[in-house]
Amino acid sequence: MTDMLVEKDQAVDREVDPALEKIVHVTDASHPSEGDVAIQNYTINFGPQHPAAHGVLRLVMELDGEIIERIDPHVGLLHRGTEKLIEYKTYAQAIPYFDRLDYCSPACMEHTFVLAIEKLLDLEVPLRAQYLRVFFAELTRISNHMLNLGSHVMDVGAMTPNLWLFEIREDCYGFLERATGARMHHNYFRPGGVHQDVPLKLLTDIADWLDTRLPRLFEDAISLVADNRIFKQRNVDIATVSREDAIRWGFSGPMIRAAGIPWDLRKSQPYDVYDRMDFDVPVGTRGDCYDRFMVRVEEVRQSARIMKQCLAEMPEGPIASTDRKVVPPKRAEMKRSMEALIHHFKLYTEGYHVPAGEVYVATESPKGEFGVYLVSDGSNKPYRCKIRPTAFSHLQAMDFMSRGHMLADTTAILGAMDIVFGECDR
Amino acid sequence: MRAPAPAFAANLNDATIESARGAIGAGLLDAVEIAGEVQLHVTREALVPALTALRDTPGLEYQQLMEIAGVDYPDRVERFEVVYCLLSLTRNHRLHVHVGATEDTPVPSVTELWPVAGWLEREVYDMFGVLFAGNRDLRRILTDYGFRGHPFRKDFPLTGFVEMRYSEEQKRVVYEPVKLAQDFRTFDFMSPWEGAEYVLPGDEKAKLPEAKGAPTPATATEIQKAGATETPKQAAPAASEPYAKKDATSTAETGAGRNESAGAPKPADPDVVPTKGGGQNQ
Repeated sequence: MTDMLVEKDQAVDREVDPALEKIVHVTDASHPSEGDVAIQNYTINFGPQHPAAHGVLRLVMELDGEIIERIDPHVGLLHRGTEKLIEYKTYAQAIPYFDRLDYCSPACMEHTFVLAIEKLLDLEVPLRAQYLRVFFAELTRISNHMLNLGSHVMDVGAMTPNLWLFEIREDCYGFLERATGARMHHNYFRPGGVHQDVPLKLLTDIADWLDTRLPRLFEDAISLVADNRIFKQRNVDIATVSREDAIRWGFSGPMIRAAGIPWDLRKSQPYDVYDRMDFDVPVGTRGDCYDRFMVRVEEVRQSARIMKQCLAEMPEGPIASTDRKVVPPKRAEMKRSMEALIHHFKLYTEGYHVPAGEVYVATESPKGEFGVYLVSDGSNKPYRCKIRPTAFSHLQAMDFMSRGHMLADTTAILGAMDIVFGECDR
Repeated sequence: MRAPAPAFAANLNDATIESARGAIGAGLLDAVEIAGEVQLHVTREALVPALTALRDTPGLEYQQLMEIAGVDYPDRVERFEVVYCLLSLTRNHRLHVHVGATEDTPVPSVTELWPVAGWLEREVYDMFGVLFAGNRDLRRILTDYGFRGHPFRKDFPLTGFVEMRYSEEQKRVVYEPVKLAQDFRTFDFMSPWEGAEYVLPGDEKAKLPEAKGAPTPATATEIQKAGATETPKQAAPAASEPYAKKDATSTAETGAGRNESAGAPKPADPDVVPTKGGGQNQ
C-alpha cells in the first residue's frame, strides 16, 4: 500500500532517482531479450451481458496486455423511447414511465417530474404531502444505495456484505409496498401531493426499523469492508477525478462530492421540505472509488437522519392539493357528489392542461442530478419531456477515468459510478 | 412561486439577464424569464462565444453544462431548437441558452468548452438529426446499430417503421415493417368549449362566410371564391409523410369528419338495385 503511494508520487513529480537513470529508458520493446514475445493491443468486448456491467452495457476496450488504453462505451441497448412515449400521454399517464427509468430509485424519478409539473402549474402542495415525499424519497435513497454498495463490494470480490445489504433493501421494498401498493413501480407521487395517505402503523414500523434493524445490519455489513485491506487495495487511488474534471465532465451527486465539492441539490436548491431538514453533506478528499463508496455510506446514515426528522415533524392534514382542477377527488367523494364525479371523469380521461412554458427542474436523485426539461404547449400532454440522466455524463467519463488502469479495475470503477441502464438509455 | 420546486437563487434572474446582455452583446437575440427561469436566445454563430462568456465572465460563472435538449417545432422556419442547460455552482443559479437549427445548418460544437457535451450532442444528433460542427465523434448513441431516421422528430411515428423479431427459420434476428393489430389510437381532448381548432361534422355549414357589407343575393359559393385569396387554406400533408395519418394529433390531419364525398359522385353500391322510380325506398 505505502509502496504504491510512493511510486505514484514519483511518477507525478517526474523525479528520477540518479541510480535509476541508467535503466530509465530501457524498455522491453527497445531491448528485447530472449523469450520476449511482441504482442499487439487488442480489443475486447466487456458486455453487453456481463454480470459486473450492471445491465446492458457494452464496453469496447482497447487493451495493452492488461492495461486499458481506451474505452468506448456503447449505450442505448435498453433505449425504449420513453421521452417520445411521454409526448403521447397525459401528464398523469406519464408518471409510471419515470418509475421505469432508474428502477432502483423509482420514487426519486417521480419526484423530479411532479416538481416540474407543479412548477409550470404553480401549484401549492400541502405540508404533509411534502413531508411524505421527502420521507419516501429518502427511503428510496437508502434502498438504492444498498443495491449499489452491495454490488460494488461484490464486484471487487466480497460476497457477504451484499447479502446483508439486500436484507435492508428487502425491508425498504416491504415498506414501500405497504405505502404505495407496489414494490418497485410505485406511481405514488402526484402533482399536488401524493396518491394516498400512509397508515400510522407503517410510520411507527419504519421508525422502529430506523432505530434498530437498519443501523445493526448496515453498520455490521459496512464494518466488514470499510477498513478491509483487500477492499482498499482494490479501490483506493483507482480512477481519481480532480475537482476541475468533475466540473467539466458534468458530474453530480456522490461523484462530484467524492471529488471534494460539497454540492448537494437538497442543500443548495432545496425542494419540498428539505430546507427544514438538518443533515450533513459528506465529501471525499481524493476523488477515488473508495471515496465514492464512503460518501454513499455516509449518505445512508444522513438519509436515516432525515427520515427520523420527517417522522418527528410530519403534521396531520391533507396529502394532496385541494385544487380540483388538478387533483382528482377520492373515490368515496366521487360516489356522493355530482361535481366530484365530473372532476373525476375529466381528470382521468382528458387530464389537466398545463400552462405553456419551459422549465428545467433537477433534483438530487441517489445517483446525482436527475433533471427534467419540460416543454408545455398548454395542452394536456407534454410537448417535449427531456430527461437528464445522471449516468450519461458519468459513463462518458469512463474513458478517461479508467485509462492506464488494469482490466480488473473496470468493475470497481463501474460499481462506484452507480449506473442503471433504465435511466441511462431511457 | 408557490410550488415546492428546487429553489435556486431566482432573485438573481434580473441581474443575470443584465450581465448576460453585456457579456454576449449582439449575438443575444432575446433574454426572457419564463416560469422563474432565464432563457437566453442566441444566434448560431454567437453560440460558442456566448457560452464561453457565460462560463468565464466573473459574475456569471456557469461552470457546468448539465444538459443539451433538442426540441422539434415543425412549424418554425428553423424547426429545431437546441437548449443548453447551464448551472453555476458558485452563484447557485441555472439558466438555459436556446439556439435554432435546421437539418442543413450545423450548430457549432461546445466540446472544447465542456467535454461532457460530446455525448449530449451525439444524442441530439441521433434523436433529431441536428448536426454539430466540430464534434469529432458524432455517431449515433441511443438507437440501434444501423438505425435509420431520427425518432424524436414530431413527424416520426411513435411506432417506428420497422420491428424486430427472432426468426426461427432463418435462425437470426429479422427486421420487418411494423404491423399493428389495431390502428394507433389518439384522442383529441381539446375541449370544443375552449377553442378547438377542428370542425365537427356538420359545422362546416355554419362556417360559410357572411357577405361583406350589405346583403347580397350572391350565393355562398361565389362569396367563397371571392374571398379565397384571404382565407388561409389547410396545408396538404406532404407526400413524404405517408405515416402522417397514424399519429396525427388532431382530426384535421386525419381527415376524420371531413366531408370527402362532397361534389364527387356517389360510389355505386352493389347492394342497391336501382328501381324505376329511383331509390330503393320509393
